[in-house]
Amino acid sequence: MAFKAKIKVTLRPSILDVQGKAAQHALENLGYSSVESIRIGKYMEVTIGEEARADAERVCTEICQKLLSNPVMEDFSFELEPVN
Amino acid sequence: MADVTVGIVVFPGSNCDHDTEYAVASFPGVRPLMLWHNEHDLKDCDAVILPGGFSYGDYLRCGSIARFSPIMREVIEFAGKGRPVLGICNGFQVLVESGLLEGALIRNAGRKFVCRQSTISVINSDTMFTGAYSTGEVLRVPVAHGEGNYYASPETIDSLESNGQVVFRYTDAEGNATPEANFNGSLNNIAGIINRQGNVLGLMPHPERASEPLLGSGDGRRLFESLFSCLTGS
Repeated sequence: MAFKAKIKVTLRPSILDVQGKAAQHALENLGYSSVESIRIGKYMEVTIGEEARADAERVCTEICQKLLSNPVMEDFSFELEPVN
Repeated sequence: MADVTVGIVVFPGSNCDHDTEYAVASFPGVRPLMLWHNEHDLKDCDAVILPGGFSYGDYLRCGSIARFSPIMREVIEFAGKGRPVLGICNGFQVLVESGLLEGALIRNAGRKFVCRQSTISVINSDTMFTGAYSTGEVLRVPVAHGEGNYYASPETIDSLESNGQVVFRYTDAEGNATPEANFNGSLNNIAGIINRQGNVLGLMPHPERASEPLLGSGDGRRLFESLFSCLTGS
């Protein structure tokens, strides 16, 4: 038994997202005037070989805190899906 | 000068390691020692330098993978004992990722990788890395980075400022911290900070690339000189 973690890492709202700003300007140039803002983040899929959901959740939280996100500038969230 | 050994950590993707080695070796009695990231031993080094470059291709976040290199465990322990650690550019990014310095280095506000001569001012000359400068002195030191925009929470910025931990600021040639001089958007024009204990310094500009006049500026040389004379007590 394993779980697939679908992890999203996003810049904290207080951090200027220059990539998002650049993409937004490009969309403005394409005529999409209704696009009000873009924030660009990261999406990761991690397979965690744990039997119990609680253990997979603990591992996933730890790896997000330790490596996959930097708490100074990013937030993370994830969903777990069982895989066989 | 008594003999001093300076460890220079080489990560996969470091590219200023040999420039740093060259600058360090130009001081009599100072021996550079290259330390591969997979090693577990600092080999009696008196100081450690994390050089510039693109460790691990800047994957995930700049410095985030290097921070978990085997040798970083030793470097963190070394720093914890009050021994000197200097991080230049990518080395500064590794230091903030490892928690040895506070804050984070995010994408330059102008989105561009900036590679040029910068002017920085010495804000605190009362450190083991800046003793040979005077406070307020303006230096010409090159920068080359895409993620050098210093960010920290307002509380952290306040404590860095009030404890004299801001060591270098981007300024104009007259020493004014103007928005124009702050090409990467760093909070408070911060170019370099030191930890509370005063033994870990990180800066984005490259002092090793300004270590002799032939390179366009020799202003970075005294940073190494400050550290080495501190280590030898001369």
